[in-house]
Amino acid sequence: MRKQLCDALVARSADPRMVFLTGDLGFMALEPLQAAMGNRFINAGVAEQNMITVAAALARQGLEIWAYSIAPFLYARPFEQIRNDIAFHRLPVRLIGNGGGYGYGVMGPTHHAIEDYGVLLTLPNMAVYAPVFDEDVPAVIERAGAAPGVCYVRLGRGEAPRGYAVPAYAPWRQLVDGGGPVLIAVGPLAGTYIQACLDLTWARRPRLWAAAEMPLAARPIPPELLAQIQAADVLAIAEEHVAQGGFASQLLLHLAGQGVTTHRFTHLHARAHHYERYGSQPYLRRQSGLEPASMLAALDLA
Amino acid sequence: MHFESGVGHIGGNLSSLDAILLVFHEMLRPDDSFVLSKGHSAGALYTALWSVGRLQDDDLKRFHKDETLLAGHPPASGIPDIPFATGSLGHGLSLAAGTALGFRLRNTPDRVFCLTSDGEWQEGSTWEALIFACHHRLSNLCVLVDHNGLQGFGATADVASMSPLWERVRGFDADLVAIDGHDLDAIRSELLRPRDRLAIVFLQTVKGKGVRSLANRMESHYLPLTESQYAAAVQELGES
Repeated sequence: MRKQLCDALVARSADPRMVFLTGDLGFMALEPLQAAMGNRFINAGVAEQNMITVAAALARQGLEIWAYSIAPFLYARPFEQIRNDIAFHRLPVRLIGNGGGYGYGVMGPTHHAIEDYGVLLTLPNMAVYAPVFDEDVPAVIERAGAAPGVCYVRLGRGEAPRGYAVPAYAPWRQLVDGGGPVLIAVGPLAGTYIQACLDLTWARRPRLWAAAEMPLAARPIPPELLAQIQAADVLAIAEEHVAQGGFASQLLLHLAGQGVTTHRFTHLHARAHHYERYGSQPYLRRQSGLEPASMLAALDLA
Repeated sequence: MHFESGVGHIGGNLSSLDAILLVFHEMLRPDDSFVLSKGHSAGALYTALWSVGRLQDDDLKRFHKDETLLAGHPPASGIPDIPFATGSLGHGLSLAAGTALGFRLRNTPDRVFCLTSDGEWQEGSTWEALIFACHHRLSNLCVLVDHNGLQGFGATADVASMSPLWERVRGFDADLVAIDGHDLDAIRSELLRPRDRLAIVFLQTVKGKGVRSLANRMESHYLPLTESQYAAAVQELGES
């Protein structure tokens, strides 16, 4: 999604209030943005804590601030800076993390972000955007640009099947209809399930939804999804994030608050950073039971 | 204020008070910015704000008490002259650098003054900010370092071998000077000197300055005053 990110940011870069900071990342992706922005494109170097705090200080002067790194470096190392300098002051800084989940694959666990949005959502005024498809990025950037407080954009790799008509961006979208369990997947993971769902007969086919924004309190569950959840035998949630503090816990808490219960609940999630072997994102998803085959098995659809 | 609230951090307040008062009374223009990176010296900052009429007697009376605006470290909101909540060391120089950069990007003539402790230069983030501020030649930023040689649990020389700090910073593309941190003429002279790059003024100070029972004592970092210490301090400061 880096190309789409760059294009979307270039489109708004004529605004003299816009400033972009990167922690020395963006090679072979952000050069057009650098060219477009001149001295408002700042390579803050390999110094994420300073970058985040400088971003806070710039935002306080009314500048439109975007801060970029790969996801784990963006939220983990400078978490205190995000907390103390941005969130406490309700400053609208847009944090863009590339490679959410296992996006950096065989680069190893230091480069994975599987607790990112759970940790960040503990902070006040935080919003999270997890675009599902490459086509979502312009709309997400537009929404992030208009966000009143700090937000985190978790970029990944769009994986829609060839020929699939991507629906227009929305925080909640039903990607596949069917007569089977309700399956909600967060971000690009949803795209990986489309074909596996379509290959099933209608009666067994999951009703696949993609969730792209958090927290849920500000993004009401669509009535049709709520009705499906209430009627379904099985509600399944899949996220490339650890179980603790993830989307599933948010959703279940939200449903409980509305008095909605489910008959059976299945949670597919990133298992941990501890691996015996390393590999690509698809490999690591398999290790966590997140790839389509494991999803089908978990829902008794294999 | 501190005695009535039973609050410590007095030593670091007294070591930095001369410089803070001078900045507020003589240096800050309406749109300039002051960042107290050593947030535990909030008492000194509040005192300075009171002395220029930005806080009232009642505000100081509520220091550290319930319903106060004057928290033990500068708060995130409620006091317009305090742009950022500080208190976790190592953030202030980046806040100041970002503010200075923002002034430059917006083509304003405004300046930033930032007061750090010496101990907080043990935080890596401070060095990140130093690298950044030097690289961007933030000449509209002046850093003051309260170099009193003591920190929370020892002398800075014993904890981290960083003293004198100006020797550790030498080599960065910044204008460095070390002066008596209680010589107002010297401080004034350095703060008024025009520069074309980042300025760092190392203030050689006495922790607990002006109070014999506190001067150069590590325990003045944390411990509140006893009644007898308070009485003696009032008398000694009145004499000075």
